[in-house]
Amino acid sequence: MARRTVTVIAGLLVAGLTLGPVAAVIWRGAAWSALAPGDWLAIRFTLVQAVLSAALSVLFAVPVARALARRQFVGRGLLVALLGAPFILPVIVAVLGLLAVFGQSGLVNAALRWAGLPEVTIYGMHGVIIAHVFFNLPLAVRMILQGWLAIPAERFRLAATLGLPGGQVFRVLEAPMLLRIAPGAFAVIFVICLSSFAIALTLGGGPRATTVELAIYQAMRFDFDLARASMLAVIQLALALAAGVFALRVSSVAGFGVGRDRVVMRWDGGGLARGLDVIWIAMVAAFLLTPLAMVVLRGVPGLFLLGPSVWQAAGHSVLVALGSTFLCLLWALPLATRRGELVGLAGIAVSPLVLGTGLFLILRPFVNPLDYALVVTGVVNALISLPFALRILRPEAEAVRTDYARLGAALGLSGWAWLRWVLVPRLRRPLGFAGGLTAALSMGDLGVIALFADPDHATLPLKVYQLMGAYRMEAASGAALLLLALSLGLFWLFDRGGRVDAKA
Amino acid sequence: MLRLEGVQVIEGDFTLSADFELRPGERIAVIGPSGAGKSTLLDVIAGFRVPEAGRVLWGGQDLTAVVPGRRPVGMLFQDNNLFPHLSVERNLGLALRPGGGRLSPAEDARVAEALSRVGLEGLGARRPGALSGGQQSRAALARVLVQDRPVMLLDEPFAALGPALKAGMLDLVAEVAGAVGALVVLVTHDPEDARRFAQRVVLVADGVAAAPVETEALFADPPEALRAYLG
Repeated sequence: MARRTVTVIAGLLVAGLTLGPVAAVIWRGAAWSALAPGDWLAIRFTLVQAVLSAALSVLFAVPVARALARRQFVGRGLLVALLGAPFILPVIVAVLGLLAVFGQSGLVNAALRWAGLPEVTIYGMHGVIIAHVFFNLPLAVRMILQGWLAIPAERFRLAATLGLPGGQVFRVLEAPMLLRIAPGAFAVIFVICLSSFAIALTLGGGPRATTVELAIYQAMRFDFDLARASMLAVIQLALALAAGVFALRVSSVAGFGVGRDRVVMRWDGGGLARGLDVIWIAMVAAFLLTPLAMVVLRGVPGLFLLGPSVWQAAGHSVLVALGSTFLCLLWALPLATRRGELVGLAGIAVSPLVLGTGLFLILRPFVNPLDYALVVTGVVNALISLPFALRILRPEAEAVRTDYARLGAALGLSGWAWLRWVLVPRLRRPLGFAGGLTAALSMGDLGVIALFADPDHATLPLKVYQLMGAYRMEAASGAALLLLALSLGLFWLFDRGGRVDAKA
Repeated sequence: MLRLEGVQVIEGDFTLSADFELRPGERIAVIGPSGAGKSTLLDVIAGFRVPEAGRVLWGGQDLTAVVPGRRPVGMLFQDNNLFPHLSVERNLGLALRPGGGRLSPAEDARVAEALSRVGLEGLGARRPGALSGGQQSRAALARVLVQDRPVMLLDEPFAALGPALKAGMLDLVAEVAGAVGALVVLVTHDPEDARRFAQRVVLVADGVAAAPVETEALFADPPEALRAYLG
């Protein structure tokens, strides 16, 4: 029964670390009077931008997914794989890339100036939405592409035999699928955008473009108004829970599954449709790849400007990433069951800034919370990554139990021997993948750390943000490139570690 | 003496009752139509299934509440008898030391002896996947051998082998079990296996695991249920 004890301890720790901070903010903040007038604007902006971001992501995803589902071309597999990359891309890196394209001295404005047209600014609501679409369009494309590829090829063959024109094929086969998948994609993206912090912090701000998460940060850092921050955290919690329930209701698809890389043979859509498909694929590739190319291009010269404080921050980030990966996997192994996954889901419902605010309130009577910035960041990142890790590990862990629990019991294996010789070796690949995701997410996180950090405890994403704030864009670009390399490098190392020598 | 005393298994419509004794060192076959409860009977003896009523006794000791790993029972399943990511030696080592510790030289020698007993000398470093089907069966048998339990349960473990290989394996089981004096209970759907291997046969049909009958006598004058099964 020792195994069950470990599971219960892990479950209680996770539940305590999420519910404790929640209790703290509710206890501290349950009073509407604490709110400032601007906070109502923040609530409205949060909802409006989430609706628009989700709607636009899904809207653009439909033609792109359709094009990817029915065209075969060189680099298609790579493009589909790249659609998974934004998940591990640090937000601040993407923001720098988007600035290099849409910002004051970016490519778009250079072109507009050359054509004699008025310039655009990326700051404000539309900037926030562009960034959200940048991150979530790929997710929507992957979800809808899965739906497309799940339509049996025989149906398309039947449609071809009947000689149905393209419009009819869409009405009979594709529209029903979209009606099934698109609401789920919309809901998932809506939930993600609802707790947007880093993007609002860098591209939003001001009374017209402040999310609730950003308002929590401002109440804490600028006004040190704990009552107001707590009340905002309660509101954020309520929004996220309501949206989460809504998302669970409407989404029947797995949000983070891997798309099957298969092209369905189609007999409709020559000529004009073909041209449109090519244009959609080219546009989405340009929209996603140009910012990343700009990060690399502008980052290389900046690499030589990196001071010791950047390297120190990079060291902090690597430590935090490794720590939260270790913690997350330590929790995930015993919790990789159906009930455990429910416990882990708390990490999705409770946003990082709500957790951070709660932990701040809990720590403050005893210690100076700022001294524990890195530890708190590591713990919160582990909690936030836990649902993803469990999503990856649970099916495989259950398969191991189905296949070998009887053999283990017949041998009378101890809990330790089961873990050391059976569970961990059998789970190497998903453990590597989950570890890589956690490490990359934690490495690029710009959330709790902003709430807690002082200059001595900066992580690399925060350092990039500080450099941007000081208008040292070259150094910021260099640090962003370093951050990108470290995030992808950590992901690669873990993921590869799970694959190497993984026989039968 | 392995004694099933008033054992009753009930699961929805399915019921199985058993009340009989098996002697140490004898070879028993369990036959009967599929779904009748042959594997369930083995699960009750091995401890994977707690009966709704009755007791399982070994030499007067009540096993009913004992977990599978602590029973005087080694079991060969239909599949998944070895961990595929571990070498055969490591698999046998875990059977000897379920705590996962290092083997002493004496225990190493036992592993090597079990391997040579089943004709797998020098193949201990391989993973199960690198062995042929027949060799995998032998390695699984070696795993039960090192466990050195007085009762061996075989739940159609050789069903995937061809007829000649299967016959060879049954002879090998009879030989090694005889050498250590173990009681062997073999579940099979093939009457030929029962004839070749077993001294006595337990017929499972119509919700009852009948008391064992001498093999020759049973097949010479099959009861109604067995006749229906043999067709």
